[in-house]
Amino acid sequence: MDYSQFGAMLPELIVLGIFLLVFLVDTFSGAAGKKILTPMTAVLTLLATVAIWIVPSCGEAVFGGMYVSDTATRAMKCILSVGFFLVVLQAHEWVESEVMAVRKGEFLELLLVTLFGMYLMISARHFLLFIIGLESASLPLAALVAFNKHKYESHEAAIKYILTAVFSSAILLMGLSFVYAFSGGSLYFNDIALSVTQGEMSGLLLVALAFVMAGLGFKLSLVPFHLWTADVYEGAPTSVTAYLSVLSKGAAAFAFFIIFVQCFGAVYSDAWEWMAYAVIIATITVGNLFAMRQKNMKRFMAFSSVSQAGYIVLGVMAGNGLGLTSMMFYIFVYVVSNLGAFAVISTIEDKTGKISMTDYNGLHVTNPWLSFAMTLAMFSLAGIPPFAGFFSKILIFTSVTSTGSMALYMLVLVALINTIISLYYYLLVVKAMWISADAPKVESFKSSRCMKVSLSLCVLGIVFFGLVSPIYDWLYNAVLTSFPNALAFVLQ
Amino acid sequence: MDITLPILILALPIAMFLILGIGGVKMSRKVAGVLGILGMGTTATLAYIVAFTYFFSGNPDFIIDGVRLQYQVFDVTWLAFTQKLIVNIGFLLDPISAMMLVVITTISFLVHLYSWGYMEHEPGFQRYYAFLSLFSFSMLGLVVATNIFQMYIFWELVGVSSYLLIGFFYKLPSAVSASKKAFIVTRFADLGFLIGILILSYYTDTFNFINLTSNPEAVLTSTGGATFMGASVLTWAMVLIFTGGMGKSAMMPLHIWLPDAMEGPTPVSALIHAATMVVAGVYLVARMFPVYCVVDAAMTFICVVGAITAFYAAVVACAQIDIKRVLAFSTISQIAFMMVSLGVAYDRPIEGVHYAGLGYMAGMFHLFTHAMFKALLFLGAGALIHAVHSNNYTAMGGLRKYMPITHWTFLIGCLAIAGIWPFSGFFSKDEMLAAMFARHWFWGAWMTMVAGLTAFYMFRLYYLIFWWEENPHYKEHKPHDAPWQMSLPLIFLALVSCVAGFIPFGELVTWDGVPYHIHIELPVAATSLSVAVIAILLATKMYRVKNDLPTKVKNFWPTLWEAAHRRFYWDEIYQFVVHKIIFGIICRSIAWFDRHVIDATMDGMAKVTNVASNSIKGMQSGNVQAYVIWFFLGAVALAGITWLCLV
Repeated sequence: MDYSQFGAMLPELIVLGIFLLVFLVDTFSGAAGKKILTPMTAVLTLLATVAIWIVPSCGEAVFGGMYVSDTATRAMKCILSVGFFLVVLQAHEWVESEVMAVRKGEFLELLLVTLFGMYLMISARHFLLFIIGLESASLPLAALVAFNKHKYESHEAAIKYILTAVFSSAILLMGLSFVYAFSGGSLYFNDIALSVTQGEMSGLLLVALAFVMAGLGFKLSLVPFHLWTADVYEGAPTSVTAYLSVLSKGAAAFAFFIIFVQCFGAVYSDAWEWMAYAVIIATITVGNLFAMRQKNMKRFMAFSSVSQAGYIVLGVMAGNGLGLTSMMFYIFVYVVSNLGAFAVISTIEDKTGKISMTDYNGLHVTNPWLSFAMTLAMFSLAGIPPFAGFFSKILIFTSVTSTGSMALYMLVLVALINTIISLYYYLLVVKAMWISADAPKVESFKSSRCMKVSLSLCVLGIVFFGLVSPIYDWLYNAVLTSFPNALAFVLQ
Repeated sequence: MDITLPILILALPIAMFLILGIGGVKMSRKVAGVLGILGMGTTATLAYIVAFTYFFSGNPDFIIDGVRLQYQVFDVTWLAFTQKLIVNIGFLLDPISAMMLVVITTISFLVHLYSWGYMEHEPGFQRYYAFLSLFSFSMLGLVVATNIFQMYIFWELVGVSSYLLIGFFYKLPSAVSASKKAFIVTRFADLGFLIGILILSYYTDTFNFINLTSNPEAVLTSTGGATFMGASVLTWAMVLIFTGGMGKSAMMPLHIWLPDAMEGPTPVSALIHAATMVVAGVYLVARMFPVYCVVDAAMTFICVVGAITAFYAAVVACAQIDIKRVLAFSTISQIAFMMVSLGVAYDRPIEGVHYAGLGYMAGMFHLFTHAMFKALLFLGAGALIHAVHSNNYTAMGGLRKYMPITHWTFLIGCLAIAGIWPFSGFFSKDEMLAAMFARHWFWGAWMTMVAGLTAFYMFRLYYLIFWWEENPHYKEHKPHDAPWQMSLPLIFLALVSCVAGFIPFGELVTWDGVPYHIHIELPVAATSLSVAVIAILLATKMYRVKNDLPTKVKNFWPTLWEAAHRRFYWDEIYQFVVHKIIFGIICRSIAWFDRHVIDATMDGMAKVTNVASNSIKGMQSGNVQAYVIWFFLGAVALAGITWLCLV
């Protein structure tokens, strides 16, 4: 065996290295060592991001094609580790609190394992490896959701999460077993793509596709596989919620694209076009309709993220390099916008324990900077120009309409109408903070330094990503290098 | 030609605007003032060098065989809409742009200097200088535009700076409404301008002036004879473009903003509303002159509008009390004079006329001399207002003893505008009248009458300010001449007004670059001079010492005087049209539609969304078994959807 193949797995190895380092420090160092645990992890992830970005990818496909490390997957991993960095910074204060005294190492280790899993999900080109990635990204999350062990809601959320996760894995595996049967005994993406191109359309493949979509839909919380989302988001510690809402989703969306476009692209119009169509419309609409009536900020963000997932998956419908690029850009913008919002929510929850939308009334009087950041995050999520969210929406819409299909124009139209609905509830938060005449319920406080850094980075991202950043071009080049004929339509 | 100087000419004022605009609050008045004056002084020097190089260097870029050429110093692509429609930004040197560079920077520099004294005690002094710089930048960009779209961009920028400066005293409601009025009226006119530009460029596929004007026949044929409502589309385009000029140059019926614009600081009135911005319309017509020449209908339109406006404004100026209003109407009248002069010009020889482009040359000549003496008059008015703290001549009278410098310079200005030899106005006006008589005796006679009226109202103003009867208030508050910063520009401009007539203007500025030797048309000169002298004598009789003759004249036909004093009710007509017809009938019905149809539809959609949201809330039961059932049903439904689509 050629061990140099492990060189291609640099991102995973780095994450594994960080994991081991955290483990060792956590086990053997005293109180002083434990103090630097979070900052150390944050800094290391940041360095890892840079390393993944600049070290050239060696070897396209390794281990017989099970694993691929190209520029596109590396770019995606960078986006995820930036998100990871922001989440760890935001979690710092909560991790340092007394409740967490003996378990802060565990928190970081579990988090790192899920990141490792996500990296595998992105790079896997064989369903077995993919399942391993998926599970190691899912199962530790159940433990993380239950991390507030003195809180009843946290347990309930964890149980709901694990039950649904198990169920969805079962469905997914069942689907994959049908795929295995269809492809004549191979789980390699390439083989499956080949057999899908050559083979006859059959009921077997149909069910398989539906089940695979349902299984991935769970991770992405697409409707109707999203029902766990609100309860879990509400019960989980806020930092974990933030993590769930952006990173899990981002990795799953990328995998969704690769699986459906690379493996099943040939049967797009035969088999899964209308499935995805229905799921996207349902996701965007139902997410919006529920988000409208939420009073709890975490539940609110849960439904908002359901709806955002619908927009992310729109990129799959474009099915070409443009779609993948705009999807990755959307995810990146979504990472900064959503984490910006979660930073505000979690710092307010940590300091005052307040989590209801009415608690935000008159926030600008006591905490003008937090209100400002939250407003920008809401504007970006709603897609108001000139913030990043506007550009990411525009790009994803144009990538979908560039295929020229009438049905997809209608899909974009539905998405646009839903943007208007989403404006309503995002602005509800803004209204509560700035316009509501009630006396402010949250007293004035100072956020911790880590939180400030994380929030400032998010705000910078929201303001500059769309207007003056080369990020879209970087991503586009990365995608183009990985898929040289990326502009050609894969889907027929 | 090296592009450094032209770029600096544009870059210095905008840099000054940014420096003073951003850093102004941190500077003392002195620093800001000196910076502004130095910046403008440097720009003026550079502009003089460029203009001098253009006219006198003999460089083959600029002149070949005695014919002056149009030269684009640079012209870079700025916005490419289509393969053909490309907006460039550039710097065009030709006789009129070089002349305008001199006029703008000279007056602007003098106004900068003058304002140092005039605005000394006003709050927002630094902001004022920033706006002046912005205006200078915009105006310079306008005159050197290589294409009509660049001109349009800077056209709007001068509009904005004019708006900012008229409303400079933003705590005065009258200044605020005047600035809004100026902006809205000119914007309406500019809408026509833009449409005209789009029509013209749609057919000709170019914005560039040289492309448009070098071959006007091609422009004429490019439309392929298309017509709209009885007139050819080219006529429409050129008339619409002229509409923009009508707005900026305050031609009837879009003149209403200019008198109100006098609410701005007086130096601003001198710079923007007398010497530079308001002649932009004339400049525009001169720029597009060859194209206008092939569209006879548009030329006739220009002549008619100009002739009516000139007469109207001259009549109104006879019945104003506010000295700045008199000057404002005088400006309108004089600009209209230039318009008529351009309107009667030809680009091809006509029988019996020795030089067909005379009207063009004369119009540009008058633009130059008028800029100088009108700025002088406005700055003189500023000195007067500075001394007596009122805009009305009723608060003045007998000031010649108290303010000798202002008196003499103002007198020179009046003589120049009245067209008395050897002051500059005589020469330019004589050429214009000669061109008009050459075209048709009617234009000549009509405009000679306007010239007589001009002499009359200017000397009426002069006598009422400096003679008539000494105002009793002077005992408490003795008026005196202004400080040196203000007197110096007055003296300089007075000198220019004395000698500018002797500039061999025809050698420098003609429409086709071929020099023309000016000679005085004796019959025309004699007529206009005698008309002017008679008018001045009449004014002397009526206003030199206090008497009841003016009251008698006024009572002879009081309704006429009242109507002229109220500017023939144009503002009232606009008020009626806007408030009663547009707001009352059109807007109200649109508002009804908006409220009861559009809003109601939106409310209905919101209601539907709300009901939908309410009806599906049962899905989120909190029961994990139910979630899993939904999950499974969803997966089955997905397969079902595809199944249905396939079958």
